[in-house]
Parts: sequence; structure tokens; C-alpha cells
Amino acid sequence: MTRPDPRRRANRAWLLVLPVVVSVAFTAVIPLMTVVNFSVQDVFSPTDRVFVGLDWFYEAVRRPENREAFVRTLLFSAQVLLVEIPLGVAIAVAMPRRGVWVSVALVLVALPLLIPWNVVGTIWQIFARPDIGLGGWTVANLLGVDYNYTLDSTDAWITILVMDVWHWTPLVALLAYAGLRSIPQPYFQAAQIDGASAWATFRHIQLPRLRGVLTIAILLRFMDSFMIYTEPFVVTGGGPGNATTFLSILLSKMAVGQFDVGPAGAFSLIYFLVVQILCYVFFTALTRSGR
Amino acid sequence: MARTTGGRLPWARTVFWLYVATLMLPLLWMFGMSIRPNEDILGSFSLIPQRVTFENYQTFFGDPSWYSSYLNSIVYTSMNAVMSLVVALPAAYAFSRFRFAGDKHLFFWLLTNRMAPPAVFLLPFFQIYQAVGLFDTHLGVAVAHMLFNVPLAVWILEGFMSGIPREIDETAAVDGYSLPRFFVRIFLPLIRSAIGVTLFFCFMFSWVELLIARTITSVDAKPIAATMTRTVSAAGVDWGLLAAAGVLTIVPGAVVIWFVRNYIAKGFALGRV
Repeated sequence: MTRPDPRRRANRAWLLVLPVVVSVAFTAVIPLMTVVNFSVQDVFSPTDRVFVGLDWFYEAVRRPENREAFVRTLLFSAQVLLVEIPLGVAIAVAMPRRGVWVSVALVLVALPLLIPWNVVGTIWQIFARPDIGLGGWTVANLLGVDYNYTLDSTDAWITILVMDVWHWTPLVALLAYAGLRSIPQPYFQAAQIDGASAWATFRHIQLPRLRGVLTIAILLRFMDSFMIYTEPFVVTGGGPGNATTFLSILLSKMAVGQFDVGPAGAFSLIYFLVVQILCYVFFTALTRSGR
Repeated sequence: MARTTGGRLPWARTVFWLYVATLMLPLLWMFGMSIRPNEDILGSFSLIPQRVTFENYQTFFGDPSWYSSYLNSIVYTSMNAVMSLVVALPAAYAFSRFRFAGDKHLFFWLLTNRMAPPAVFLLPFFQIYQAVGLFDTHLGVAVAHMLFNVPLAVWILEGFMSGIPREIDETAAVDGYSLPRFFVRIFLPLIRSAIGVTLFFCFMFSWVELLIARTITSVDAKPIAATMTRTVSAAGVDWGLLAAAGVLTIVPGAVVIWFVRNYIAKGFALGRV
């Protein structure tokens, strides 16, 4: 169904957009230009720098560590989306819709979202410890699994993934819940009269109505999981080995740790571009599919 | 009757509260740690604290470097939420009501700024905020956090505003309302819930961010989360104090969500993306 765009044509609207453009220019464009500047130079000291053209970009693409971290981060984002989106929708469907418990449910579900990210890391760092943390202790002692996230790569990966699911599924659930609440009651009554099963009701009434909020949820979760830094940095520090060295961790090691601002700048621009392209693909696919 | 309440299955309720209980476990564990002495935390595993102490909380509220950084976080987070909202409101209105040169590209370009990995911006941020005198000020952090909150605010508000019929604008214009007067008197009250949701999300993303806030502050505007990274001393990590501070960092967010809880359901309900 295509509708004519009801919006009026008015270039004066630029005046309304101007404050946003100015604020984003200051917070994003100027720093980004600085990064572009870094990426084409070899900086020895503030006064001694050499123009190197695209050398850092070639190096960034060729370095095996970068490629590995890239694949690792992509894999992590894919797993995050595959787990969190269906789980979040399921939770939203199961959430109470009326009564006093709605408020309690909303506040409790939203709590993990409101914890500073390094605190989330700290919570899981201790919670997942097999000797003194409830989560790790349960897995290691009650389930009898040989579990130690500081030594075993798989354990570390799973710990980070479970932490992210714990931390961010509530966001998907809240957005999906808001979407579900917007469905008028007569839809459900009609479905009931037609004798639709719970699954059919979900598939044909609830899910189509969630397209909008799920677009937001998928994009937000993709962007944020692809840039994940603080939580794994606190829990594993990128280890053991490089098992949980995601792109941002690798980048900040280069830029802040080794002060290789040239290679870090070039690498981060490539990284930024990839995120944008992937988001554009998601955005177009999700907004087109419903039109 | 289950289906008339929105297709819920009979066991959905039980499953949902089980999920909430699981969600609370790590938080309860942290709370449990915050009321134990350090020896008990590290000594051995026990489900229930053997000895209960509020010493960690006393330390927190007795030490200015702890509670002042807590206040710092609240101040810059609130400033950021208000500033992001004020800047985003007219822009979101423009995107939802007018077509203008480059509007589609501008909208997506705004979103792309949310995708910039913060790790990249640390060094330039440090240099720029020092150059313009915003280093280690509340305003500086509030401005810096607009990087990811303004695009989000525009996005949320635009979706919501598009769900409000344009006839309202036209009727008001016929009645002789100027655009600013219409916006403040009629339009803003209509999108109350969207404003509530936007404030919540801006507060949330600014409150939880550490990397940028830590980079552009040193003492006067130091965030609580940065103070928490300092608990490692010669005697090891002070887990009890860390847990107490962690518990306290959840409180402002919980208060905010309690106030906007009714808007959350409505805020995303209308409009397109």
C-alpha cells in the first residue's frame, strides 16, 4: 500500500533542524574529522608527524588481529540478535497488561537497563565466579560443569553472551510491550470469534503490529552490541587470550594503550563505515517490508 | 478468557514471573554482597549473609569523593536529558511535518552518529573539550552525551509525532495560532507520553555511559561509575564497598522509571518508525 506523502514541502523546516545539526556537528563531526586526520598520518609526537596516505587503511584490513576481532564481533552481534529479539517478544507477550502488577513488572524488567555498564560488568564478574558467585557456583557445583570464565575461552564467551542477554533483553521486551499495547482490543475479540489459536493470534495480529518497534529494537541492539566495550572489558578484559577481544576493546588498546592513533583511526573509520552500511541495510529492509 | 486479554497463554504469567526472578538474581546477589564484610564475601560461598553490616554504605556516604561523584552523575545526566529533548523537539517536528531538501539523508545521517564507536572518539574528545574549556564540567559531559542521545530522541519523537493527525496543526493555524504558540500550547501536551519516554531513554543512556564521561572529567564532574573503578587498592578490591556503590547507582534510574512507567507503554505505541 503506497500513500501519498502528506507532508508539506517547506525548506524553512531546516531552521527547526538546525539546533540538532549544530549539536551533532560539535559532538560528532569535529571529533570524526580529527580521527580522519589521525588516520592519514604517522604521529610521532604532537609536532612531528608524517603524511602516510592510505597506508594505515591497507594495514588495518590486512592485520589478522583486526579481521579476527571483526568476525568475533559480528558473530557476537548475530547471537545477541538471535537470542534477544525472540526472547524479548516472548516476555512482552507474557507480561501482565492490567492491574497493579503492571507497574511492578515494568520497573523490575527495566532495572538492568539502568545500571552503569561497568557496574553490570562488576556484577557479573562476581556473580559468575565459581568460588564465591551464585551463578558460577550453581553451574560448577550443582550442575557439575567444569566452568571457569577466566581460564576457558568458551566459558568466557558464554558468560559475556548471558550477561548481554540479561542486560539488554529487557529493552527489547519494553519496546515490544509498548507495541503490543497499541493493538486495539476489537482485533483480539475478532480473532476469538474466528476461533484463532494463540499462535495464530500472535502470528497474524500481534507480530505485524510489532514491525515498527522491532525495527528500533533490532537497530539499537545491533549498534550497541557491535560496539560493546565496557562490560566484557570489566569481566574478562578481552581474554582469556583473545577470546572476547571485541572490536572496541582492540581499538582502545591500539589508541589509548599503545597510542597508535594512526592505525587506530584508520581501523575505526572502516569499522564505523561497516556499522553504517549494515544499519542501512537493516533500516531499508525493515521499513520497506511493511509498506 | 486468556485470549481476550491479548492472546496470553494460561502459563504465561508463571513463566513471566520466573523470568523476573531470574533477572533479579544477580542484583540480589550484589545487594547481599553490599551488606557483608569483605572477609565473608571472599572467605567462602554462602547463600545468606552470615553477618550483616551497613559499614559499606556508611563509608560511601561518609566520603565526599564517593557521594559528590554520585551527585555529579545525577547533575550531568539530568542536564543532558533536558538539553537533548529541547534540541530534538523542533527537529522531530520538522521531520514529521515537512518535506525539505535532504530530509531523508539527514534523518539517517543523524542516526549514524549513534553508531560511532565511543572508543574512537576518546582522544579527540579529550583534546576538543580541553580546548573549549568544557573539560571536567557537568555541561561538558552533558554536551558530549548528546552524541548518542539527540539522534535517539529525534527518532523516538518523530515516530510519535507522525501518529498525531496533521489536521490538528491545520485547525490551529486557521484559528490563528502561530507555530511556536501552537507547539507549546497544543502540540506538547498531546505528546506528553513521548516526552516521558524520551526523557527516560536519554537519562538511561547517559547514566550508564562511562567511557566518554571518564575521559573528559577529572575531579569536579567525575561520574560515580569512574569512582567505582578506583576501589582497587593495595589490599585488593573492596568488593563490599563496590557492591554498595553499585546498589546505589540503580536507585536514580528506578525512581525515573517509576515516574514514566505509564508512558512507556504509550510512548512507542503510535506512529511509524
